[in-house]
Amino acid sequence: MSDKTWEPRIVGFFCNWCTYTAADLAGVSRIKYASNVRIIRLMCSGRVDPQFVLDSFARGADGVLIGGCHPGDCHYVEGNYKCLRRHELLQRMLGDMGIEPERLRLEWISAAEGDKVKAVINDMVEKLKKLGPLDLPGRFREWDGELAEGAHADAGTAVPVPVKEAADV
Amino acid sequence: MSKPKVAFYWCASCGGCEEAVVDLAEDILGVVEAVDIVLWPVAMDFKKHDVEAMPDKSIVATLLNGAIRTSEQEEMAHMLRRKSQYMIAYGACAASGGIPGLANQFSLQELLKFVYEDGPSNANAAKTYPQTAHDDGGRRLTLPRLHEVVRTLDQVVDVDYYLPGCPPTPKLTAAAVGALLSGNLPPKGSVLAPDIALCDECPRKASKPTDLGFAEFQRPHQKLMDPEKCFLAQGVVCMGPATRGGCEALCVNGHMPCSGCFGGTSRVKDQGAKILSSLAANLVAKEEKAIAAVLAGIPDPVGTFYRYGLPASLLRKKVPGGE
Amino acid sequence: MRQSPNEPVRVGFYACHCGTNIASMVDVERVAKYTATLPNVVVSRTYKYMCSDPGQELIQQDIRENQLNRVVVAACSPLLHERTFRNATAKAGISPYFFQMVNVREHGAWVHTDREEVTRKAIALVRAAVMRVAFHKPLEVKKVPIHPATLVVGGGIAGIHAALTLAEGGQKVYLVEREPTIGGHMAKFDKTFPTLDCAACILTPKMSTVRANPNITLWSYSEVAKVEGFVGSYKVTVRRKPRYIVEDLCTGCGECIEACVYRLPTFPDEFNLGLGKRKPVFLPFAQAVPPIVMLDDQTCRHFTHPNGCKQPCVKACGDRKAIDLAMKEELVEITVGSVIVATGFQIFDAKRLPYYGYGIYPNVYNALEVERLVNSSGPTGGEIVMRNGKTPKSVGIIHCIGSRDENTHRWCSRVCCLYSLKLAHLLKERTGAEVYNFYIDMRTPGKSMEEFYNRIAEEGMHLVRGKVADVYPDPSDGDSGRLILQAEDTLLGRVLKFPVDMVVLSVGLEPNADAQDVRRMLNMSCGDEGFYLERHPKLAPVSTFTDGIFLAGCCQGPKDIPDTVAQAGAAAAEAYSLICRGHIELEPNTAYIREDDCSGCKSCIPLCPYTAIAYVEDKKKAVINEALCKGCGTCVASCPSGSIVQNMFEDEEIFSEIEGVLANE
Repeated sequence: MSDKTWEPRIVGFFCNWCTYTAADLAGVSRIKYASNVRIIRLMCSGRVDPQFVLDSFARGADGVLIGGCHPGDCHYVEGNYKCLRRHELLQRMLGDMGIEPERLRLEWISAAEGDKVKAVINDMVEKLKKLGPLDLPGRFREWDGELAEGAHADAGTAVPVPVKEAADV
Repeated sequence: MSKPKVAFYWCASCGGCEEAVVDLAEDILGVVEAVDIVLWPVAMDFKKHDVEAMPDKSIVATLLNGAIRTSEQEEMAHMLRRKSQYMIAYGACAASGGIPGLANQFSLQELLKFVYEDGPSNANAAKTYPQTAHDDGGRRLTLPRLHEVVRTLDQVVDVDYYLPGCPPTPKLTAAAVGALLSGNLPPKGSVLAPDIALCDECPRKASKPTDLGFAEFQRPHQKLMDPEKCFLAQGVVCMGPATRGGCEALCVNGHMPCSGCFGGTSRVKDQGAKILSSLAANLVAKEEKAIAAVLAGIPDPVGTFYRYGLPASLLRKKVPGGE
Repeated sequence: MRQSPNEPVRVGFYACHCGTNIASMVDVERVAKYTATLPNVVVSRTYKYMCSDPGQELIQQDIRENQLNRVVVAACSPLLHERTFRNATAKAGISPYFFQMVNVREHGAWVHTDREEVTRKAIALVRAAVMRVAFHKPLEVKKVPIHPATLVVGGGIAGIHAALTLAEGGQKVYLVEREPTIGGHMAKFDKTFPTLDCAACILTPKMSTVRANPNITLWSYSEVAKVEGFVGSYKVTVRRKPRYIVEDLCTGCGECIEACVYRLPTFPDEFNLGLGKRKPVFLPFAQAVPPIVMLDDQTCRHFTHPNGCKQPCVKACGDRKAIDLAMKEELVEITVGSVIVATGFQIFDAKRLPYYGYGIYPNVYNALEVERLVNSSGPTGGEIVMRNGKTPKSVGIIHCIGSRDENTHRWCSRVCCLYSLKLAHLLKERTGAEVYNFYIDMRTPGKSMEEFYNRIAEEGMHLVRGKVADVYPDPSDGDSGRLILQAEDTLLGRVLKFPVDMVVLSVGLEPNADAQDVRRMLNMSCGDEGFYLERHPKLAPVSTFTDGIFLAGCCQGPKDIPDTVAQAGAAAAEAYSLICRGHIELEPNTAYIREDDCSGCKSCIPLCPYTAIAYVEDKKKAVINEALCKGCGTCVASCPSGSIVQNMFEDEEIFSEIEGVLANE
């Protein structure tokens, strides 16, 4: 692990037609913003399965950002409304599980809003820095220390299978 | 030839799974005849040292029910794993954490404080808490240590098969035992229940409309429920669509919605997340306040969606200090 | 193609320098070196310009020489070059869908400032792609043929122009119109702004051309009853309502009208909005197309009277035998490749605002009624004669009735200021009356419209900036029918009372009463106001989200005749483009339900805006129509038992990306 100051890691689920395109626009416009978000492209914010959000946190994400089209503009008519409804309940449930609401963020960013991509990401990184790391894998490892014979490695899918060790990453 | 050896053991459980075995009724005589039960604390007098003395893998199968949350349970799970060819997680607690798994919403300290201090029916003015060791007149008494985290069996030892349910039904239990004895077993890691959601066998399926949109949610005690109509169609949360079938819809036939004890299908990673996704998406409201108002009808999503599966879920346990 | 899913995965990875665009910020060599250590990666290289010919050849050579069956390229945005690399991959003999692109330029080198950070981010994204691509499947692109016929729904100016554009290009068109004649609202207008052309003069030649064109099948007094199918192959059921006149035999001579038992016109005349009268058998209007009469079974004695009728009309028709009182409704099925929806609008019902007095005071009219009064073939022969028999000496025209109003409709109906000025001009010209226009803003955009406004304003109109708050009978004038308009002149800052003989309400345009039923038939969406929704407000104004269904005219939103005609031409061009192409390719990111896994819980069915998911009753399971599915994935995310799969975005693929971006940092 590097000795740099901790940087939040954010997984971004961006819809192809609006937010992903907006991020491309930010790129073409050379708008500079924090590098903490790793974007995963989906066709619609309606594809965002709450399992993806939970898995992201379980695998070490400090924040999850979902980007979709503005209400009324969804390329697939109403996928973003389904995303919104799931988000409302999921965020409340995350709170009940001790995960602060700022860690899951849903933003409507249209294809023309390159600036908003920067504003949202920078803001989210700031807020997460104040909250500190979530580091669920670290917590799982810590909790598993209470077992006399250690955790069972292949248990379910909650414990991530370690990727083959690489040189200097 | 000697009969195959079988062990039943219980960890953090309620005893319902032992009853399920007993519920095999007359069939249990067939079981008792066919196998040699070498451990069954609730019904027989074998001790831990009897099991310790056995050679490794000399037990054909251990059916272990209950979640793992104490050092003793952990130790017994490991021991039985060494002694058995097949380790079967029997019942929802062993398979996915069960009701005890809901303890993962609290820290151990919070739990002990409620149980031994704040509980409304307590008479414990001295604030006596259980200890793991106590010296009494030169003799040392010990108790197992409680874990911070309630775990599923497979988070502690390698599990060969799972029999879900709270408890598993006699039919599924008999089928599992039969498969064991005949050697006709599915691939390792299989859940011995159908891999299709409960709606497939639900008697109320036809009454569920294909254009259902939720305008409100109510809980069973809040309304007089129609005895024949699909619960979801009546605005009552039913875990059926996200839960494996095979239980013959016992709860539904008992006029209560499914609460999810058979766990999710093999195609999902997190049963609670999936039912959340489905219920929320099917709301009618489109505007934030209206959405929140409808969802307020599900005041305890963790308890409702993860009633039997919190330790097996992706998040497993509430993060301390957050919120 | 070597595509067995059980074959070991062999990945070729390429990191593009993109000149210095990427390489100046991302240490591409380090990325390639790292990627070489990942499981399944056989080849890991960098190159200056991957999208160039040599770059693509590099991929193809490696595929052949190293038996690669997956390709990952880290470069620019997939929205730019995914197709390029898919083609390159396919040329070397493996499925184009075994390719995954990593965006390290638009989402990396161009937007971050720290080289170390960007390189680590690139590594994470590449790792995710390498893990994901192992799960890719060899998908097939589906090609659907386009049937060359087009259905145009609605025979107003939009439908007429779209139909003519296609037909004159040699294409077959079905034009379906629910009224007995085509022409729509424009046929009712007198003059059109800004030129003050006579509406009938410019419209009727087009109407005749429609009739004469052999490529157009004109079905008037007919409606679309059902639409099934998908782009390229829509099966449409048209309900041909009975007009009791045999179209091919009627010559429009009108002798049946003469002979009718009703000696005088007795019933309200729809074309004249009830201001005139007609008999049960009538010609919709003088230049109706088709030029045949219409028999209304709601008023004809044969249908309404228990003793029936002597049928002098039938006798008068004689040997021509064009009247068939036994005619029944007919359902006809046609197959078309695309549909142009040109169903138009209805005017706002001014009765909803009772304080303006419409339907209460006889001399309050809506603008369309005034068009008929002014029109020389209207109920008063072009003379401005009010219901009380008098000619007005003063007229008040109130703008924005049912527009720009939170209580009724928020939108601006676009044409009302202009038609109000036009009516002001015509009324003044005919009667010499004093004309007052009460407006909120004067909105006259468009070519020559501002000049039109100036011209009218210079004719001595009174233009009062203020909303009329109340209309009531003049207490001082007995029953002359005079009305007082009370309004604040906001420029003067005073509340004034205007006595007028006639009030004209400039009613706005709104969607038809059955617009929502019609759109559901065609699987279209609408906006919040109820007008049909275009695919993109700027770049696709005549397309809808359903392939093969296009929009033209006011059904998409209020507009004037020039814009309507332009849009109709555009819709025709879109349909034409499909016909010329002959087929359409569907992106294979559709979803499918695994039948054995589906429990028939029905949770997915209401989710699909394209009604692509249906419940199959005899199997008690849900099934997705691949041709209707657009690949949004909403149902996949919802399925509580994980039984729906989305091609190209399977759960396994996404989970592996999540694992990849978060692993080991």
